[in-house]
Amino acid sequence: MSDADPVPEIDTLPLDGWHRARGARMVAFAGYHMPIQYDGIIAEHLWTRAHAGLFDVSHMGQLLISGEGADTALEALLPGDLTGLGSGRMRYSLLLNEAGGILDDLMVTRRDDGLYMVVNGATKYDDIGHLREQLPDEVTLNHLDEAALLALQGPEAVQALARIAPDVSALSFMEAGAFDLDGAPAWISRSGYTGEDGFEISIDAGDAERIATLLCDQPEVKPVGLGARDSLRLEAGLPLYGHDLDEETTPIAADLGFALSKRRREEGGFPGAERILAEREAGPILKRVGLLVEGRQPVREGAVVIDQDGSEVGRVTSGGFSPTLERPVAMAYVPLAAAAPGTRIRLNHRAKLFGAQVVPLPFVPTRYHRKGAPK
Amino acid sequence: MTRYFTKEHEWIEVDGTAATVGITDYAQSQLGDLVFVEVPAAGTKVTQGGEAAVVESVKAASDVYAPVSGEVTEGNAALADQPDLVNSAPEGEGWFFKLTLADPGELDGLMDEAAYRAWVETL
Repeated sequence: MSDADPVPEIDTLPLDGWHRARGARMVAFAGYHMPIQYDGIIAEHLWTRAHAGLFDVSHMGQLLISGEGADTALEALLPGDLTGLGSGRMRYSLLLNEAGGILDDLMVTRRDDGLYMVVNGATKYDDIGHLREQLPDEVTLNHLDEAALLALQGPEAVQALARIAPDVSALSFMEAGAFDLDGAPAWISRSGYTGEDGFEISIDAGDAERIATLLCDQPEVKPVGLGARDSLRLEAGLPLYGHDLDEETTPIAADLGFALSKRRREEGGFPGAERILAEREAGPILKRVGLLVEGRQPVREGAVVIDQDGSEVGRVTSGGFSPTLERPVAMAYVPLAAAAPGTRIRLNHRAKLFGAQVVPLPFVPTRYHRKGAPK
Repeated sequence: MTRYFTKEHEWIEVDGTAATVGITDYAQSQLGDLVFVEVPAAGTKVTQGGEAAVVESVKAASDVYAPVSGEVTEGNAALADQPDLVNSAPEGEGWFFKLTLADPGELDGLMDEAAYRAWVETL
């Protein structure tokens, strides 16, 4: 032990006691004590796919960016069209560095009081520092750190939430609005990170226990931990920052070209635009793909993609067991020539060779409630 | 037959110089849902405290250590298709491997069942 080693501080979130009272196993994640599981990851995963799971994602950063020209100012930092973003509409976007590398991935929504942004928990303080440094003085950044964030995800999420706030059923995927949730003011969006229909619910920390309990009192809903959140997003082909995305990764390599809005592609003017737009034309060196791994043993982050000579040509960035498919799946960066679905590749993981096949993402079809979709 | 336990949460049931090894209920509850188990094949030599088997949960991979040294006589073939046997019956049908003890004296350093259960309570 050395006095120079700081003890990492682990903070508690508004629902800490609530999770423990419900039998959650807690782990340190992104600087907070978080529930990793309650009944078991597979049971919680399958429950979410069949019914509805309630996730506490209060570790994520909730920011409000306001002031004259906030949208234009923010467009200088990310490749999404914000000036064209309608009220109550949201967009997935990426904070980029000057080299076009990804600093974070995020959701941004236009509200009456400004642009509401949700960023990753592990990167939120870096994001806040970056935004404060880059945004002009007339634009104000508020960190909504007195707010909790819940995600209610699954095919029965809408019927459970609409029992409490009937109007939420009018929202389509990637729409949001202000609602009254049993007397608690709530900002609710139809969005999430599981591939299912569902909602993300921002409420005051003081209302969090009561609302979480009210939601879990609905027969469709059980609390679900971080473990299943990870296996659900993996099946949905959704990248996780710090694993599948980092500052060395561009939006094109990450296969997130959809986050480059049409007007922004035409006009440029976002960090790394020249490199990113050139890569979009010529193709990236490495590209993020889905892999079905042969056999039963999961291949994890850090496994190496090798060519015929055994040389490293890529890497696995997320890997695990898919409870829905009952087999191991992974996401990896592979050379562009090996990125076409159907390509067979080899992996080296802990001195053992694995075969795998490139497949289109998502592994499990998504079921978002898109506008114009029936019912 | 006597059952001994390690601080790594393995159990070993000994009958003369033959023994059966598995992981404890506490271990499986800590690991969570197991999706893959790799046990050593017959003829594998294991050493006390050395890696003997691999378990993978949804979340992560972990090693299982040999409680004593010896030669494996049988791996539990059922675990290849039913890794969740370790979750449902860790101290029964979900055993990992059988072995012939190299040195019964190694058992002296292990805990008996009462000592192990009492120790787990303190974790």
